[in-house]
Amino acid sequence: MTKEERLKKRHSAEKRFRFYGLASIFVALLFVLILVHNIFSKGSSAFMKTAINVEVFFDQELLEIKNDASDDEILEADFFDITIESLIKVYPAKNVEEEDAIIELFTTDAEIEIKRAFLENNNLIGKKINLEITASDDIDQLHKGNYPRDIPEDRRRISDFQLVIYDNLVENQKIVKNFNNYFFKNGDSRDPELAGIGGALIGSFYSIIICLLLAFPVAVLASIYLEEFAPKNKITDFIEININNLAAVPSIVYGLLALQILLATIQLPRSTPLVAGITLALMTLPRIIIPCRASLKAVPPSIREGALAVGASKFQSVFHHVVPLALPGTLSGTIIGLAQALGETAPLILIGMVAFVVDIPSTPIDPSSSLPVQVYLWSESAERGFVEKTSATIMMLLSFLIVMNFLAVYLRQKFEKRWN
Amino acid sequence: MNFVLIFLITIFSLSLFFYGRSKTKSISIEKNIKLNALPKFYGYYLVLWCSIPSLVFLLIWTLFEPVIIKSIIIETAANQGAIFNDKNEANLIYEKIKAIYAGTYFGDIDTILKESALSYAKFINLFTNSKIVLIFAIVIASVIYSLKKIKNNNKARDDVEVILKGLLFASSLIAILTTLGIIFSLLFESIKFFSVINIFDYLFGTNWSPQRAFVRDASAITAEEYDELKDAFGFIPLIAGTSFIAFIAMLVAVPIGLFSGIYMAEYASVKIRRISKPIIEILAGIPTVVYGFFAALTVGPFFRQIGENLGLTVSSESALAAGLIMGIMIIPYVSSLSDDVINSVPQSLRDGSYAVGATKSETIKKVVIPAALPGIIGSVLLAVSRAIGETMIVVMAAGLAANLTINPLESTTTITTQIVMILVGDQEFDSPKTQSAFALGLTLFIATLVLNYIAQRAVKKYREKYD
Repeated sequence: MTKEERLKKRHSAEKRFRFYGLASIFVALLFVLILVHNIFSKGSSAFMKTAINVEVFFDQELLEIKNDASDDEILEADFFDITIESLIKVYPAKNVEEEDAIIELFTTDAEIEIKRAFLENNNLIGKKINLEITASDDIDQLHKGNYPRDIPEDRRRISDFQLVIYDNLVENQKIVKNFNNYFFKNGDSRDPELAGIGGALIGSFYSIIICLLLAFPVAVLASIYLEEFAPKNKITDFIEININNLAAVPSIVYGLLALQILLATIQLPRSTPLVAGITLALMTLPRIIIPCRASLKAVPPSIREGALAVGASKFQSVFHHVVPLALPGTLSGTIIGLAQALGETAPLILIGMVAFVVDIPSTPIDPSSSLPVQVYLWSESAERGFVEKTSATIMMLLSFLIVMNFLAVYLRQKFEKRWN
Repeated sequence: MNFVLIFLITIFSLSLFFYGRSKTKSISIEKNIKLNALPKFYGYYLVLWCSIPSLVFLLIWTLFEPVIIKSIIIETAANQGAIFNDKNEANLIYEKIKAIYAGTYFGDIDTILKESALSYAKFINLFTNSKIVLIFAIVIASVIYSLKKIKNNNKARDDVEVILKGLLFASSLIAILTTLGIIFSLLFESIKFFSVINIFDYLFGTNWSPQRAFVRDASAITAEEYDELKDAFGFIPLIAGTSFIAFIAMLVAVPIGLFSGIYMAEYASVKIRRISKPIIEILAGIPTVVYGFFAALTVGPFFRQIGENLGLTVSSESALAAGLIMGIMIIPYVSSLSDDVINSVPQSLRDGSYAVGATKSETIKKVVIPAALPGIIGSVLLAVSRAIGETMIVVMAAGLAANLTINPLESTTTITTQIVMILVGDQEFDSPKTQSAFALGLTLFIATLVLNYIAQRAVKKYREKYD
């Protein structure tokens, strides 16, 4: 091998090596793209829902309520007959089976929707109005094009007869797409078209607020102690080792801790944002302390010395001068810690947040779900509608995380002082 | 009740602040003496004395009250002739008694229940009243003490700072308390588990199927029952599955992570670095449940489809899918740590290598990486400990049944998956099945602790070498 050949070989090895590096970065970036694209393409349709335009006739004979009925009486009243009568008029049915097939096109909550429309408008008795009734999940998915039509009938959830009605409705422009307010308003449901993340949003909100209220002050005080006041001794070393180890403990272990201490020993109520918040706070604490200490450490000693030189006590120098300067870093560390806590699932599953909760929690001690747990719960369901809902929930979750991370970066860049 | 008490204490403390501040001001004017601290510090002093002892007392009381009342009530119910065979039944009766007290119980109420509910009401009243009395006593005592102090013109700032320093110290102790809490809660149940299942049968058993483990009476297990039990709690398949999935994950994460770390540290221009580093770190910020969803609904079926086309049987919960996605999740941990480590290799080493004519890649391979090796191994170990502690990806994408297999296309299970599976839904108290989850948790805790310890030692040693 001549000198030139050897050099050529070495240079091509150089190029190869460089290519591997670039390729690895590219693979990682590509994966981010695939993941985001996959979630968005599956989930974006969940923000719209399909509704069918139905003419509802509030027949006084079928309603059995008086003209001047109060709201409570209306809520109690039976709208079932009216609902059925209105729905089956969408398409001429020959027998009861066909009528049932038509009713199956609509959500199980059709009666409630009609009742709500009745309550919102005054004096509808004896009148006809056009209402947009939410379609069933199957029709919804069919209309969004997520549901294959060309497979044999016995493998479809929609019968041929229902397809004929659907096509007829599309032709007559009776099918509309609306903004899916149920997705944001409702709690969990067995019916995909009614299921929403309202409960999970509130649950996550309460958990994160409790986590913030507990973890932030303790983390800041602990970092101030360790960075500014702690004497160099065994106890301090021990605390530091503990914090570093806790930051690396798998999150599921915190779930076991919560199960044993918070639920079994102290007997706090299961499945509640309160327990979730405390668990997440314990988990987040070391993860906040580490950046807090870093930002306290970044404040140069001259600041402290300057304060001490004009007669401030150690406390005054720390709380009047060092802490305010370290605050942007502290806050951004806290926000990043909270963002991690917001996406945490495993410990919440152990404390029972996987329960099926329909009601929207009104206080932190009501059973509730949270966004990531809702993702886990829905991902176990087979219906295509839940895949869409799960992806949309992930989209919500990711957008919260993006906002929080941007806020953290913004705080740091805007307010943090650079000492050089 | 507690909220009212906290509110009252807060209001009282705040008013004491203003009182203390103006009082010391007037004292200094009247007696014409120089105060030992600014007036506001006397205010702070009063606030701290008024609130801290009473709030700490309230917290401790609230934590222990339900436990104490419960044991008293269950004991009195037993004395009155209520029969319960185990803790479960006792808990059930206690819940009934509480429901009767709250007026939400609609079942039959017999005399024992009625008596117990009455005594429950009595004890609740007694405890609440004594709580209020004690808290008032504490507040009054500490306020009298502190008022006396400030009238004697104490060095309020120093005293306040001592108390605050104690508060700071207490906050940092929470880390120790959490560790203790974890260790105790894991040990407590694990010891119960190991008193039934021999620890060696657990560690070296090759069969894991806790759903089969029914125990009628944990205190008296016959030899045959035990044979069946020990067959249900063998740890080997779990550690095998966990390591296997972690291994697949590392096969993905180490090359990609390491190469991108090297590229970013050695080759990338400032501009590329500024864009690509945060994007790679997005991978670490995505919640693991999202990865789990992606692995279970997209990657798993995708591999299965490919397998079908190739004529292979691929489980839709294959170890490969879970491991691959976990590996992608871990890329940023490897890349950013090795980036740091490589960056801290002194430039002089590189310059020496260039000086003898080595190319950049030769320098990296022959000089930089060997120099950075302890740090790189440390970062890989940290990534391994992330991988074995990771829960959601494997819960959603890996299997539930414990197969002892090294075929990546089959499904296998992990420690974390089993913990979740055992503890989701209704748990039986005091059954080896429930306790086994804590034994698994303890094993996991120890494993990650050891890995982290070694990794941190390695990184630290390496840093010291070049500092």
